[in-house]
Parts: sequence; structure tokens; C-alpha cells
Amino acid sequence: MDIALIGRIIPVFVQAAWTTVQISLLSLALGLAVAALVAALRLSHVAALRFAGAAYVSVFRGTPALIQIFLLYFGGPQIGIQLEPFAAGTIALGLNIGAYMAESIRGGVLSVDRGQMEAARSLGFGEGQSMRWIVLPQAAKLMIRPLGVNAVALVKGTALVATISVVELTYTAQRFIGSTYKPFEIFTVTAVLYMIMVYGLTLVIDRLDRAYAGEA
Amino acid sequence: MQGLDFSIVPEYWPLIGKGLWWTVVISAASALFSIIAGMGFALVVLYASPVVRAPVRLFMWLFMGTPLLLQLFLIYFGLVQIGIDIPAVWSGIIGLSLHFAVYNADIFRAGIASLDKGQTEAARSLGFGAWQTRFYIVVPQALRNTVPAVGNMMIALLKESSIVSMIGIAELVHSAQLVISETYRPFEFYLTAAALYYVLNLILEAVLRGIERKVELSR
Repeated sequence: MDIALIGRIIPVFVQAAWTTVQISLLSLALGLAVAALVAALRLSHVAALRFAGAAYVSVFRGTPALIQIFLLYFGGPQIGIQLEPFAAGTIALGLNIGAYMAESIRGGVLSVDRGQMEAARSLGFGEGQSMRWIVLPQAAKLMIRPLGVNAVALVKGTALVATISVVELTYTAQRFIGSTYKPFEIFTVTAVLYMIMVYGLTLVIDRLDRAYAGEA
Repeated sequence: MQGLDFSIVPEYWPLIGKGLWWTVVISAASALFSIIAGMGFALVVLYASPVVRAPVRLFMWLFMGTPLLLQLFLIYFGLVQIGIDIPAVWSGIIGLSLHFAVYNADIFRAGIASLDKGQTEAARSLGFGAWQTRFYIVVPQALRNTVPAVGNMMIALLKESSIVSMIGIAELVHSAQLVISETYRPFEFYLTAAALYYVLNLILEAVLRGIERKVELSR
């Protein structure tokens, strides 16, 4: 182990990890927005909307995230979408994780007892009101864990944007493995940073889940 | 803006088809190895002495907390620098297998832990040794009970096998890239590759449903 090398590269790697955090947070925000919309489509009364939601989930979950990133970044210009690597990567990751998160949201809503909706309706709540005030608050607790699993997968998935040369953690690791010939030192630093993010996030989700789902 | 033209896709089918074939081969091999290694890890974590258990645990923890792409870079570009030169295809298969073995191990561990203790007690009282009981009584039941969860991992594995293109293995994504470097038509060929993955995915899901039904009947 070359400790001096590790000391020298840490600032660069922390910077790269910060980029990974930014990509994760931005694509998480986009993913949640997409997921809420797609889940609403899938739970709609209109068959065409339900089909659109199901098609979105099926296509984005049925194909590799790597190809989705390539399609947007390399193929985008052909259909008039020209994006910087950072934007293309973040958007593609958000659209991808949105499909998985939509299923987590839908699963939460569907596992709330039907009687809750029926009782609310019979008490005079409208359908939207029942959803907003009765079903969703109960469903939200059930979504914490599955959405958390999605978010952890997303953090690890951000490594894929290294392939379109976004200078994040994995890209930086690859470059330094190539130039220093010290693969294990580089891997150790990179792995520690990823694990701080991944296991830190896992801890937060556990806390949230215990705090809210425990009472459900 | 270049516009789209899918009419040139069939012309490159031989190359794309070859990539598709390699995607199937690499995914199938990695799936098999990841299940075998995953069961091995699970048994070590549950039953081996602490000296053996600790490094396996550390390894699982490392591989669960880091991205597959990084692991592939370490195995392919990293190991060669310390004199371990593994050909690209094997680096890819080893990386995919180990990455998913770790997740499978977690599933198997939970599957074994949730088996009725009476199974082990009954086997032991019938004269089976400790490891005989594990191999003949515990492992088969754990394998059967975890088919749906492991199946989901295999669906993820098929899609993530696309990542091995990054270390230069000539599978589907890599073939698409080769064709694109010649034709400058990324949209058409990445979309073609995506469609082929989608079909493979449907086939795999149907196969898994068949296995699940069979396993369900054998209960």
C-alpha cells in the first residue's frame, strides 16, 4: 500500500465523489417526479393512460440503463436533442430509476386496504380527497423501504455516466488506475467513498423506515 | 439534425447477431456461476469458522457497496498491473458472477435462515452429519424457496451484462458501437440493441415463470 499516494489523491477523489452525489440527487429528484406521474397513470381509471404507464415501466425496466444513456447522449443529436454529458447522464438515470420507483409507489398504494378508500368515500370524501388524505399518507410509510432500495441502486448506477466521460468517481478511478499503476490503492479510496454514500444512505433509510413504518 | 434511417440496420445483422449471441453466453455463464458462488458464500457466512467467515463478509460488503463498472475496471485494468492478466471475456464473466453472487448470497442466507429448524433436527436425528444435512436437506429447500428472488437478480444480470462492453467484450452493446463507428448512426443501432435486450428479457421472464410454476408444483 502506497499511503503517500493515497494522501495525494484523496482531494481529487472527494471532489469526484461530490459530483457523484450531485448526479445522484438530481436524478433522484427527476426520478421521483417521473415515478409519481407514471404511478398515477398506472392507477388511473382510463385504460389508455394505464397502458401508457405500463408501457413506460416495461420499456425502461426491460432495457439496460447503459443503452438508455447512450441513446440520449449519442443518439439524441439525431432527433434534435443536444445535451452535455452531465445533463444527458443525469436525465437518462432519472428516467430509468423513475420506472422502478413508479412500481414502488404503486405497490405502496395497492397495499393499503381497499376498505380505507371505501370508508372514506362513504364518509363523503371525493375520490381525489380520499386518495390525498386517507390512502396516500398510509401508503407513504409502506413506500419508504422499496424507494430506499431504488435510491441505493441509483447511487451505484451513477457509475454508468463514466462511460460518457462525466468526471465522477468511477471515471476518476479508471483514469488514475491507468496513470499510477496502483490499482489497489485507487480501488480502496474509491470503494471507501462509494461505501460512505451507499451505507450512509442505507442508514438514513433504516432510520426513516423505523420511525414511520413501525407505527403503520 | 441527421434524421433517422432504420433501413440500414438489416445489413449489419451478422455483427449484431454475433453480439447478441455473446450477450446470451456471458449472461448464462455468469448466472450459473453467481448462483453457485452465492450459495458457497451463504454457507460460509452461516456455518464456517470466523477465520474463513470474516474475509468473505468483508468481500461481500465491499462488492455490495460499489458499482459493477468499478469492479470490472479493477479486475480487467487493475489486476494486469500486478501481473494477473485475465482475458477480457473472463474478466467480464468473473466480475458479473462475483457482483451478483454477493446479492444471491444474501438471498440464500435469508432463505436458509427462514427454513424450519425441525428440518435440520430431523435430518440429524436420522443420522445425517452436519454438512450432509446442509447439502441434502437445507440447500435444496433454500434453492427452491428463493427462485423468485434469485430470478429477479438474473433479470438484472442480463441487463447489466451490457456493462462488460466497457472492457471491450464483443457483446451486443459493443457490436452496436462497432457498427456505429462505421455508420455514424447511434440512434438506430442503440435502439436496435435496446429492442433485442427487451426481447431477451421477455424470454427470460417467461423461462423464470415456468421454473417458478414447476417449483411450486413440487411442494
